[in-house]
Amino acid sequence: MKVVNNFSWMIGGPQGTGIESSANLFAQACASAGLWVFGKREYHSNIKGKHSYFQVRVFDKPINSHVDDVHLLATFEDSTARLHAHEVVKGGALIYDPTKIMLDDLNLKSGVITLPIDFNTVLRHVAEVTGEDYGKLAIMKNVIAVAASMALLRMDISEMEETLNRLFTGKKARLIPTNMAAVKKAYEAVEALPQEIHNQFLYHLTPNKKMAKRLLINGASATAMGKLKAGCRYQTYYPISPATDESNFLESHPESGIAVVQCEDEIAAIDMALGAATTGVRASTATSGPGFALMQEGMGWGGMNEVPIVVFNYQRGGPSTGLPTRHEQGDLMFSAFGGHGEYPKLVMAPADIDDHFHVAFESFNYADKFQTPVMILNDKLLTHSLQTIPPFQESGLVIDRGRLATPEELEAAITEGKGFPRFRPDAKTVMSPRPYPGQEGSPYWMTGDEHDDYGHITENPEIRIKMHEKRLSKYKLMLEQIPQDKQFTLKGEKDADVTLVCWGSTSGLLLDAVEPLKEKGIKVNILNYRLLHPLPIATEKILKSAKKLILVESNWGTQLGHLIRMTTGVFIPNQVVKYTGRPMSLNEIVDAVEKLMKKEVKPEVDPLTGMTIEKVVLTYGL
Amino acid sequence: MASKLQTPLTVAAYKSDVHNDWCPGCGDFGILQAIQQSFAELALPPWESMVFAGIGCSGKVFNYMASHGVHTLHGRVLPFAVGAKLANPNLEVIAVGGDGDGYGIGAGHFVHAGRRNVDMAYIVMTNEVYGLTKGQASPTLGRGQQTKSLPLPNTNDAIQPLALALSAGYTWIGRSYAFDGKHLKEMIKKAIQHKGMALLDVLQPCPTFNDLHTTEWFNKKVKGEGENVMVPRIFNVNDQGYDGAVKDPTNADEVNEKKSKAFEMANYVGERNPVGVFYEINLPTYVERMQAQVPMLKQYAPALMPYQDASHLPTTDLSKVYDEYLF
Ligand SMILES: Cc1ncc(C[n+]2csc(CCOP(=O)(O)OP(=O)(O)O)c2C)c(N)n1
Ligand code: SF4
Ligand SMILES: [Mg+2]
Repeated sequence: MKVVNNFSWMIGGPQGTGIESSANLFAQACASAGLWVFGKREYHSNIKGKHSYFQVRVFDKPINSHVDDVHLLATFEDSTARLHAHEVVKGGALIYDPTKIMLDDLNLKSGVITLPIDFNTVLRHVAEVTGEDYGKLAIMKNVIAVAASMALLRMDISEMEETLNRLFTGKKARLIPTNMAAVKKAYEAVEALPQEIHNQFLYHLTPNKKMAKRLLINGASATAMGKLKAGCRYQTYYPISPATDESNFLESHPESGIAVVQCEDEIAAIDMALGAATTGVRASTATSGPGFALMQEGMGWGGMNEVPIVVFNYQRGGPSTGLPTRHEQGDLMFSAFGGHGEYPKLVMAPADIDDHFHVAFESFNYADKFQTPVMILNDKLLTHSLQTIPPFQESGLVIDRGRLATPEELEAAITEGKGFPRFRPDAKTVMSPRPYPGQEGSPYWMTGDEHDDYGHITENPEIRIKMHEKRLSKYKLMLEQIPQDKQFTLKGEKDADVTLVCWGSTSGLLLDAVEPLKEKGIKVNILNYRLLHPLPIATEKILKSAKKLILVESNWGTQLGHLIRMTTGVFIPNQVVKYTGRPMSLNEIVDAVEKLMKKEVKPEVDPLTGMTIEKVVLTYGL
Repeated sequence: MASKLQTPLTVAAYKSDVHNDWCPGCGDFGILQAIQQSFAELALPPWESMVFAGIGCSGKVFNYMASHGVHTLHGRVLPFAVGAKLANPNLEVIAVGGDGDGYGIGAGHFVHAGRRNVDMAYIVMTNEVYGLTKGQASPTLGRGQQTKSLPLPNTNDAIQPLALALSAGYTWIGRSYAFDGKHLKEMIKKAIQHKGMALLDVLQPCPTFNDLHTTEWFNKKVKGEGENVMVPRIFNVNDQGYDGAVKDPTNADEVNEKKSKAFEMANYVGERNPVGVFYEINLPTYVERMQAQVPMLKQYAPALMPYQDASHLPTTDLSKVYDEYLF
């Protein structure tokens, strides 16, 4: 039976051989054909040579996750075929270069169709018809692999042509004829295959030209767009994977007016952003674990001086340098409790790629409203995953700069002649009025030392109590003033058998799992925490009334679980975790939930709590 | 650069009413006073001026000024100050801090600030000790020297901050002495007025912990050239015909020559202490460089760029950006 628009494609090869661009080409062709895609990128911390691969799942409905099954594996050298051939399902296909690899060497399942393509012969042909230097065409092997895949999937060659025309513009437009020559030759090669092979391969992609336009975008770009929309005009950074893409995006858009400063280190990055924020600009920085660790002292200063600042932490595998290019949700505890002393911090995580835009936008409002550092926990999976999503919903976006100094207050400060009482708590709002340097009457003092209303250093215990309590009372305000639907969401089946509890990128995955679990007779709903610190106490009711709870996190220690227990007293003994640096796949999570529901998991004692838990540790993926 | 006041304020207008708790006789008093005088003479509006300070005895300058005063983190005064200046170049931003703050824990920022040539003055109070932590050796104390708090003589060599600044790309480099009020004030004014990153290193007696280089020591005459000739220990190189200012920044020969001379001067060893302007050159500032790449910055400082309308709706139009991603 034909399988239309439900398909998982993989391309792989040594880093530096164009794997990412070929995956982009494939995903863009599918997207412009009106299909929904989710593309996951896996690569080493290496520039050239090590194995990387990109998996693109195509569906006729929106998707947020990948599956482990591969329906078509496109390879043009030996390592990818060797490493991934076993993942191709029965009825799926392998594109390979017979001059590079013997099929007998591969661990292929029976029933996998094999398509030999002599890539060098195709390239020689391209060189002939275009007059290009054959020696320089090796980089085009991946385009051939994409085109052969498309041909096999019965996508019209015009889809490829359209995508290439769009991809190569300006100076790059001269690359189109060569690319098209390669595409044509690949199509010819596939079309020349015996009809029997075409009949055996069940997967088809059928364009849906009626589909409204959607964004094909990753989390880094969505975040950057949210920042620009929010009016962020000052960004600092020090290069680190996977955070750099965001800053790079911002720097590539000078027309927005944003000043992007590459700093000497992450200490400078946070401190420069703080210095900038004192002048009133919406400022931010982006980093990953090691840099986030260096920023702790600065963030504490921001908390003490009530400076609105947003720090984006693109989580990757830790600790230390860890797994620099791999996925993990390991920095939640660190974000909530990092830094010395006590100051209010707001920690949030976007639930999906669309939410990257919205969380980025909102984060600046919260930083201003609560006059304190806001930390956003992105993670590598969605940072680098390509997904089709509806255009961002811009209606309803409003900018809130929080409690600013009024002209009357500035006037009063001039009259009083003692400086501006920047830290005097406002009786009504708690938050103190914030003047901008440059406004007459604005001068006040800032210091990381404890200080009085004006910012003068003091060690007076009464003032300490007043100021410490004022700052920390912001936690209460955050929970009161952030709308509840921005704090957490409960989605999925009504009257669920089990509530899956998660945060960050796992949320989309779990939404995708609702249907397959339902088919297995398990009704689930998903409680996703968007606000992680302070943790929404209001979720206590949901947790306590759920028939069963399963915690799903990409870390070892179930960090959200500990925050939930700390806040609500609810301990969740059923857990699914993964810490290989690879994200959970849809089939993995479905299996894990099913196992827990069927009580097939051996109980063990959790060393950190002494509690008996049932924990599924997922491990799949290269 | 901040605007200039129509009616200049008195020096008193730049003094906050915070009680000053430096030790009696501390060189920091001289430096603070000179900063306040310079601000008054330059007619800087206090509300458009920001004094960023490091952590140390020196860092307390922030609180004694009646402008914006920002006490940052130990060693981090430059990134904070640079952030503010780039976000709003209309403000007058200066950075001040100790020698431990700037040349020790903050040495990385010190170097990179030179590469950026942000238009601001950085005043370092060099007392050869970590004053606020009770007198440990700072990076400017020479090897073998043993100030009061050191259990054993110093095992590290001293750095030459002016030579380091020269290599890092500071476009104005000078030195002065905390208790030569007149010279110091003029030097601070020059450093502020210089278009670019200025380092003013100020020799500062710490009567409490530095018992080697005291005010008396600085005041002592030393042997000069010729028999029985005694000369002041501190001498102004600019009075002796030395001119470190590059006239034509495009002339590589002149730049090299001036740099070599300044380098020699910065590494001066001997009985005497040279002060004055060691090097000066006019090069594009960081803001000018950014403006060349991000044209909107010519029109607006980041802090003043419009991004919302009167009803607080965002005005940033991303439709062109979205187009690239729409399929
Ligand atoms: C990260 C950090 N480490 C250490 C300190 C402790 N500390 C405070 S001031 C200071 C040294 C100050 O020396 P210097 O910068 O020369 O200033 P001075 O007191 O001599 O003016 C140190 C080490 C600190 N505040 N922060
Ligand atoms: S310890 Fe030294 S530097 Fe600090 S206030 Fe006292 S004299 Fe000044
Ligand atoms: Mg010192």
